[in-house]
Amino acid sequence: MLYFSKLRILFITLFSVLFILIASSNLFKFDDNFFDKKINLGLDLQGGSYLLLEIDNEPVIEQKLQNLTTTIRNYFKEKNIKINNIKIENQNIFFNVLENNKQSVLEVFQDENSDLNPYYPRFKSHQLEIEDSGLNFKVNFSRQGLIKLKTSSQDQAIEIVRRRVDEVGTNEPNILKRGNNRILVELPGLDDPMRIKSLLGKTANLTFRFVTNDENDRFGVEKLKFENGLEEATVSKRIIISGENLLDAQPKMDTQANQTIVSFTLDRVGAKRFGKATSTGIGKQLAIVLDGKIISAPVVRDTIASGSGQISGGFTFQTATDLALLLRSGALPAPLEIIEERTVGPDLGQDSINAGMIALAIGFMLVIIFMFVKYKIFGLITNVTLIVNLFILLGVLTLFEATLTLPGIAGIILTVGMAVDANVLIFERIKEELKDETNNILAFDGGYTKSRTAILDANITTLLAAIILFFMGSGPVKGFAVTLGVGIFTTLFSVYFIARLFTSIYVSRNKDKEKLI
Amino acid sequence: MIAFNKYYNHFNLLSSVLILVSLLLLIFKGLNFGIDFKGGTLIELRASESKINVSSLRDRFNQMDLGDVSVKKFGNDTDFLVKFENKDNKKNIIEEIKANLDKSFGNNYDFRRVENVGPKVSAELLKSGVIAISLSLALMLIYIWIRFEWQFSLGAILALFHDVIVTLGVFSLFSLEINLSIIAAVLTIVGYSMNDTVVIFDRVRENLRKYSDIKIFELTNISINETLSRTIITSATTLLALLAIYFFGGEILKGFSLAMILGVVFGTYSSIYIANTVLVRLRVSQKTVLREEEDKK
Repeated sequence: MLYFSKLRILFITLFSVLFILIASSNLFKFDDNFFDKKINLGLDLQGGSYLLLEIDNEPVIEQKLQNLTTTIRNYFKEKNIKINNIKIENQNIFFNVLENNKQSVLEVFQDENSDLNPYYPRFKSHQLEIEDSGLNFKVNFSRQGLIKLKTSSQDQAIEIVRRRVDEVGTNEPNILKRGNNRILVELPGLDDPMRIKSLLGKTANLTFRFVTNDENDRFGVEKLKFENGLEEATVSKRIIISGENLLDAQPKMDTQANQTIVSFTLDRVGAKRFGKATSTGIGKQLAIVLDGKIISAPVVRDTIASGSGQISGGFTFQTATDLALLLRSGALPAPLEIIEERTVGPDLGQDSINAGMIALAIGFMLVIIFMFVKYKIFGLITNVTLIVNLFILLGVLTLFEATLTLPGIAGIILTVGMAVDANVLIFERIKEELKDETNNILAFDGGYTKSRTAILDANITTLLAAIILFFMGSGPVKGFAVTLGVGIFTTLFSVYFIARLFTSIYVSRNKDKEKLI
Repeated sequence: MIAFNKYYNHFNLLSSVLILVSLLLLIFKGLNFGIDFKGGTLIELRASESKINVSSLRDRFNQMDLGDVSVKKFGNDTDFLVKFENKDNKKNIIEEIKANLDKSFGNNYDFRRVENVGPKVSAELLKSGVIAISLSLALMLIYIWIRFEWQFSLGAILALFHDVIVTLGVFSLFSLEINLSIIAAVLTIVGYSMNDTVVIFDRVRENLRKYSDIKIFELTNISINETLSRTIITSATTLLALLAIYFFGGEILKGFSLAMILGVVFGTYSSIYIANTVLVRLRVSQKTVLREEEDKK
């Protein structure tokens, strides 16, 4: 057992050197792609912002149901079935029909090829559920229907969020889905997320609608407040053009009026509609409505057929720039709420790195001195192993470009403290063996084999804890789980290959020495 | 050889008292949950002027109508930690606070860290923390059940519960903050305590097979002594590493490393005085080990 073949020694050496090289690529620059990897620093170490956004799907559901009532009415109208008393209450659509139509309505909703109520064969579920009590029906989204709706609004929202964040131009943002109604935004290096937060907090739903005094407008009317919150105006629900019709929007300086404006260009459809509306509506007030508030309501003086126009509303250059950005990147399908925010300034991150490194150095020194005092030559072997172990651990983290966090550094320090455990178990066992065994080599063999189950048990229990942490923890804590877990494997490697190689060399050279350990 | 077994009864009594007191503390005093689990806002602030101190900051923040505000020094004289509930989860609260502080302190301060956790998220984090700890205890139970006889499993699990409950009890007693990293620490304690217990149990079982004539009361003592130097060395190096984190790793890791230090101390103690005494009380003998092995065959 003490014998190590040349091949094995070569393999161990190569393996260790490889990882030491990979680990050192964090300090030097390598031309080679394979070596030019770096450990990612977590947001708590490099500074930056972590934002968790939740999509408020209620308005989307309301809107969809609203549209559905129209669709249902028209769909059955074609089939000469009259839908009576259709209304929405608590996210349910209620309506009733005549006795002789009941069966055909149910059939439409339960038909797997129905275009009114799409069927998802994979989930064996329709989009909508229908319940009937007598001639009254209740229709609402099925579980699958709701999931589909949420994922689709999440897909749209993440796209918009990405565009807005990109427009602001932070370096390497990380934007990920969480569940089916959340979006995680990580912004490394950003120490003041105020602007991004305010940009992400706006839905940016832009519409151009006429101000009207006619309460009986065909499309309905609503009272909206101006941006300043003081005045109000009655606005038609008929949308002339909306944000979707915009091709581009830019902040500009209007030199005549000496104010900042946002100028926009419309697509073909938008330009046509805008031209028509401005030609028939000369003298009327056109309200520019953003997220339910009127920015301004200028009076139409001329027909605008060019397909471009401008919005004024007492902007500063900053607010004009942001509005233009929001309009360019499009409207969110639903409002977003920031439900968790964690921001670390870059200098605190640097302080944390420094403190972590000092703690690592001191912890390492203490353990090394302790082991040397306690075990002398075997302590030395343990210490060399410990250093190689540290490099391999860093090498593995670098190779997988893992994210290092402050608790992650604590995990490395803890690994240093616990890594000696396996060697100690072995050495103590060897000591015991030597009490009855005069042959040094046999005693060493015994020490290794008899301590094996205890070492495995000990490491598996810690690994179990690390695995749970990895899956349940978030952000920084996950970094701790990673270093602790990877540390277990590198420790086992260094104990059973590197330390054992050294001990076997030492023992075979001192076969007959008394009081070996 | 140290006669650990002489004190089995004394320390069992002590442990029972510790667990009871911890449970009472947890029930009646409760834990001091940080914003991770309670929701709210945390600001770490560094001042560059001596005018900014705990009382002037407290005055300022109290005027802002933020609910219950706590202002504390954080590490040194220029760093402060401000926490408040942010009940209505106001959107631009940080900007408002900045504007307000600018009026009194100019720009002689800097926000080094801002954390804002909404009520929904904090409830979820608490739930997943509880699940994580329960899951780890369950996994350890299953693992040790596979590896050892049920008497051993019971001993190990009682030791684990002891370590977790007493560590949390100390946190409750001194009103130390429970945040996400404490959960990580508790999980690591679970792993460490298990590790420590398993090493001794391994030896107990080995000795049970070897000696049929030694009573379990003696046998556990022999096993503890045989593994004692390993127990001491590993605890010592782990504690050295943890002390380095506690004293030099910065303010943020203080609670985390403290929990771990407590856990290592309790874990080492419980492996000797709880896990083993369970074996003694259940009158484990050579037959227990051999019968189980026959069954497995």
